[in-house]
Amino acid sequence: MSAKTEIAIKIKDLHTKFGSTIIHEGLNLEIRRGEIIGIIGESGSGKTTLLREILLLDKPLAGLIEVFNKNILDLNKKQCLWLRRRCGVMFQQGALFSSLTVAENVAVPLHEHTKLSKNLIKEIVAFKIALVGLPSSVETKYPDQLSGGMIKRAAVARAIALDPEILFLDEPTAGLDPISALALDKLILQLKKTLGLTIVVITHDLDTLWAVTDRVAVLADKHLLDVMPIKDLIKLEHFWLQEYFHGPRGRAANRD
Amino acid sequence: MSDFSHSTNIIKASLTNKADKIYCNGDWTLDGISQLELQIKKFSWPKITTIIFDGSSIQNMDTAGAWLLFRTQQTLELAGHTIILQGLNAKHSDLLQMMRNHAANYQPSTPPPSYNILERIGQKTYKNYNQLIDFLAFVGETFIVFLQAIFSPTRIRWQALFANLYSAGVTALPIIGLLSFLIGIVLAYQGGSQLNKYGANILIVDLVGITLLREIAPLLTAIIVAGRTGSAYTAQIGTMRVTEEIDALRTIGISPMELLVLPKLLALIILMPLLSAYADIMGILGGMLISKLSFGVSMIDFIDRFPKAVSLTNYLIGISKAPFFAAAIALIASYQGFKVKGGAESVGKQVTISVVQSIFLVIVLDAVFAIVFNLLGIGFFK
Repeated sequence: MSAKTEIAIKIKDLHTKFGSTIIHEGLNLEIRRGEIIGIIGESGSGKTTLLREILLLDKPLAGLIEVFNKNILDLNKKQCLWLRRRCGVMFQQGALFSSLTVAENVAVPLHEHTKLSKNLIKEIVAFKIALVGLPSSVETKYPDQLSGGMIKRAAVARAIALDPEILFLDEPTAGLDPISALALDKLILQLKKTLGLTIVVITHDLDTLWAVTDRVAVLADKHLLDVMPIKDLIKLEHFWLQEYFHGPRGRAANRD
Repeated sequence: MSDFSHSTNIIKASLTNKADKIYCNGDWTLDGISQLELQIKKFSWPKITTIIFDGSSIQNMDTAGAWLLFRTQQTLELAGHTIILQGLNAKHSDLLQMMRNHAANYQPSTPPPSYNILERIGQKTYKNYNQLIDFLAFVGETFIVFLQAIFSPTRIRWQALFANLYSAGVTALPIIGLLSFLIGIVLAYQGGSQLNKYGANILIVDLVGITLLREIAPLLTAIIVAGRTGSAYTAQIGTMRVTEEIDALRTIGISPMELLVLPKLLALIILMPLLSAYADIMGILGGMLISKLSFGVSMIDFIDRFPKAVSLTNYLIGISKAPFFAAAIALIASYQGFKVKGGAESVGKQVTISVVQSIFLVIVLDAVFAIVFNLLGIGFFK
């Protein structure tokens, strides 16, 4: 890795507290441009909170978060748009708007942030929906008519509607059957390859970690334990990591 | 902190025609192409078969820009031109190749068929007819559960029943009391000022008493309960459907009818006559106050005149309507709750339908009662 690698997200000495519960205590992390980084950690270790803080949905107590070398913690409303344009998010449950069809869902950010004609937006939407591997027949369907895997794909399509530079995926394969999960892993790799996205994946799916991530960040004891490629990570001597990777499920994923 | 606005560094994308060669410039990105789209529409293309596009001065390109370039190319090809693209860098040609692949594989979804007015009327009628049958089936099912519960009271969920009695009854007292008091005031004012012309002030008692006890109090109570409690019932059952709690109850072996519908139905049937009687009292108090303050009918006179003016039948007619209103509200609210399908929006929609239908049915029932009592000749003679 060259020293010149551009940093997409830089988190420095982050502290987070909810009530009297300390979530992060001096967390540091750098995410490089163009990489797929996995974030793992026990339930309640603040993975999703970290993601929400980068997206300005939650506020940390202290610390610094930089996106493309710009501190995002003191943005005003207008400057927030700058961040919103650069980040796409797929939430755990998809969070598609239930009153809109899939095509309308994907079109929401385009209508909101661009001045393109309706026709052009429709065509771009059709492209994004095809890009995530959904058939054109789902365009006119409502979220409650879709399967779990389709909802996640549609949510990805909405997340990449504005061609963001960073894509956040919260548990992309949770609750999917192995075939859909594998297909989603492939989609993540394809998005990185074709669109050059920086992708942050929160996941517990060991197969996903092996298949897609360049590096994996481990949150434990309220800070970043380490961040490195998964093949190095499994060699670390840490109680929780050993359990994680060398329990029966971890071994199964690591078979090849 | 440098600048955060994403538009300042954007070079608007454009096309220029130099000696019949088209040069693409600027940022072919979502932010850059808004004017380009218009420019392309009006662009006067060179009148030659082979048009050469030069993309070497395209600064940035995203999928939207690539699609626009591809679409332009496609339109021109359809018009009989041959297009040659030159000078695109590797990344941009990759994007364009993606568009080419997409367009080759894309089959537009068939738009839903459109129906003419007769077909639509037919469909709507059929749908409403089915809904009516469905609702009647629901009423029947509830009635069976109701009978079963009457014959084996252990099946009644007492805890749920009392919770409903409290939330639909006790907590509704302030609003029902206040509103019927105000209605009593309004009735006394309007009626009194007319009767005053004839010097028949004492007849305010007849007017306020009969109108309130027989019609207004039960109706007002029912409308408040439909808006306040009926909507809550629909929202509760509807949300439980969305979160699959209803299905969970079934799998545990608890009948949603017994747990969710029956206590609500019983609670409202018990409460509505009580609330209605309470509304009677508060309304009369309002009427009494105005009679004294504005029309010189003292409270003693008012109370003295009351039993002579307002027969017991009038009171009983009003009260007897209340359980029917209650059943209508509880049944519609529960039924609409079970009809929720999908997500948040559906809950809102069914709640609206529930309140509108309950109030509608309450007023229709009231009219039916008026006609029936009239035909039977009940309550019109003192």
